[in-house]
Amino acid sequence: MLFKGVRHDTIFTTIINGLPIGSVYALVALGYTMVYGIIKLINFAHGEIFMVGAYSAMIFITMFNLPLWLAMMLSMLTTAILGMVIEKVAYKPLRKSSRTAALITAIGVSFLLQNVMLLIMGARIYTFPQVFSNTTWVVNGLRVNALQLGMFLTSIALMLGLQFVVHQTKLGRAMRAVAVDKDAAALMGVDVNHTISMTFALGSALAAAAGVMVGMYYISMTPYMGFAPGLKAFVAAVFGGIGLLPGAMFGGFAIGIIETLVAGYGSTLFKDAVVYAILILVLLIKPSGLFGKGGKEKV
Amino acid sequence: MLKVNDLNVHYGVIHALKGVSLEVNEGEIVTLIGSNGAGKSTLLRSISNLLTSSSGSIIYLDRSTKDVPSQSLPALGLVQVPEGRKIFSGLSVKENLLMGAYLRKDKEGIKTDLEKVYARFPILKKRMHQDASTLSGGEQQMLAMSRALMARPKLLLLDEPSMGLAPLLVKEIFKLIKEIHEQGTTILLVEQNANQALKIADKAYVLETGKIVLSGSGAELLASEDVQRIYLGGH
Ligand SMILES: Nc1ncnc2c1ncn2[C@@H]1O[C@H](COP(=O)(O)OP(=O)(O)O)[C@@H](O)[C@H]1O
Ligand SMILES: [Mg+2]
Repeated sequence: MLFKGVRHDTIFTTIINGLPIGSVYALVALGYTMVYGIIKLINFAHGEIFMVGAYSAMIFITMFNLPLWLAMMLSMLTTAILGMVIEKVAYKPLRKSSRTAALITAIGVSFLLQNVMLLIMGARIYTFPQVFSNTTWVVNGLRVNALQLGMFLTSIALMLGLQFVVHQTKLGRAMRAVAVDKDAAALMGVDVNHTISMTFALGSALAAAAGVMVGMYYISMTPYMGFAPGLKAFVAAVFGGIGLLPGAMFGGFAIGIIETLVAGYGSTLFKDAVVYAILILVLLIKPSGLFGKGGKEKV
Repeated sequence: MLKVNDLNVHYGVIHALKGVSLEVNEGEIVTLIGSNGAGKSTLLRSISNLLTSSSGSIIYLDRSTKDVPSQSLPALGLVQVPEGRKIFSGLSVKENLLMGAYLRKDKEGIKTDLEKVYARFPILKKRMHQDASTLSGGEQQMLAMSRALMARPKLLLLDEPSMGLAPLLVKEIFKLIKEIHEQGTTILLVEQNANQALKIADKAYVLETGKIVLSGSGAELLASEDVQRIYLGGH
């Protein structure tokens, strides 16, 4: 029995421990869901964008001696541009083709990015520079780690920023309008291509931020580091209801907490399997996700 | 103001418009009637450059619109209310209205126009923060037309605005079209509701399977036996 004999305060602590990684998954899941919402593509290269974000921040810090915050912002800018280029070169020509063609292309782009990184950086494992305080405070018996707190707060700030863009700005309004009906949006004067491009930029920038934080959290980095978090964030997006922003955020936190619980009380080997089991269950029971209204159309 | 010359449009092998020519002069209400599948929407979508024609030309305000992308046309005053209203679900009523003013920069003017819409349709004001997809069909049509007016159109293309509405609402929509026209907007109205449309039209065209088969003044077509028989249920 997984939870037998576990005291409630430890469960609580474990849940708290799941929040930082959950918030990071939420950031990545937002990118999946935004892109899906606007062009109905599951961008399987999104995990690799995350990886490029982590690597570029590491390079900015170790080679250019930049402070963490600046390195993070520059890596977000780097992946924003990368995301726009990928969209323009790989996905845009396929916008009128079948979804399968686009999906296969996305998987191709994902391998391409891994291999390009392998080519540039080699197969060695890099370690992310430890530039963030690793202090742990104990508050009322609750252990609070500075890095985890930093991850959580940064993610929340970025999510609030995204909410602002999507709901309070003209660009956000255009993004939502294009997601509903591209032709109708064009009739209003919206540049549909530009709006899709900006959606990729935003989603990719969030993925980079997540990549930087995961780099700091797990320290070791390889060109394949985007695969597992990418897949988990994808599960999170589907879990919450792909295409829905609140769903992605909820799904990210849920996956982070579930994973931490399983790792804490079951086994670390188990934790990935549980996440994939969730994906299968969601697809079987409610493919439109927890927050979704529709039937089986979505994934 | 708008001149369509010998326009041909294909969907793959389907020849949807076969040499359509039509003209709309400034200040007119021009009506295009025709049964389902005649090619009415295809024509309006081509005028808005959502479709590429295979040959022929579209001249708007003395310039060819061939290389003007759809999203730049509202800035030239060419605005369309598409068939089926195409309200943006998930956006509030107010956000939908603001979408209509997407290319405008004059904040004050937008605000004034928004107030005008709310004054004309108090229900839209009441529902301004509500998801627009929760409005009734009639309210959505009011919203779609108001949204188009937010662009301050010179030429307004209306694709079957009365579609699917109860008779009382149809009357209301036609009243609104007349009002918009009186305030100085030129209108190209596509309708299956031939009777009402011809009554308010200065000029009218009949489209049948991709071809203009009849044209004349609204009154002439209303009196025409062919039109009576096919589109007005005959006598
Ligand atoms: N996207 C499309 N693909 C293929 N054929 C189409 C498409 N849209 C319309 N058509 C065909 O073109 C013809 C004209 O359609 P349409 O312009 O929608 O007619 P109307 O608006 O007069 O009802 C019809 O025969 C219709 O089946
Ligand atoms: Mg039609």
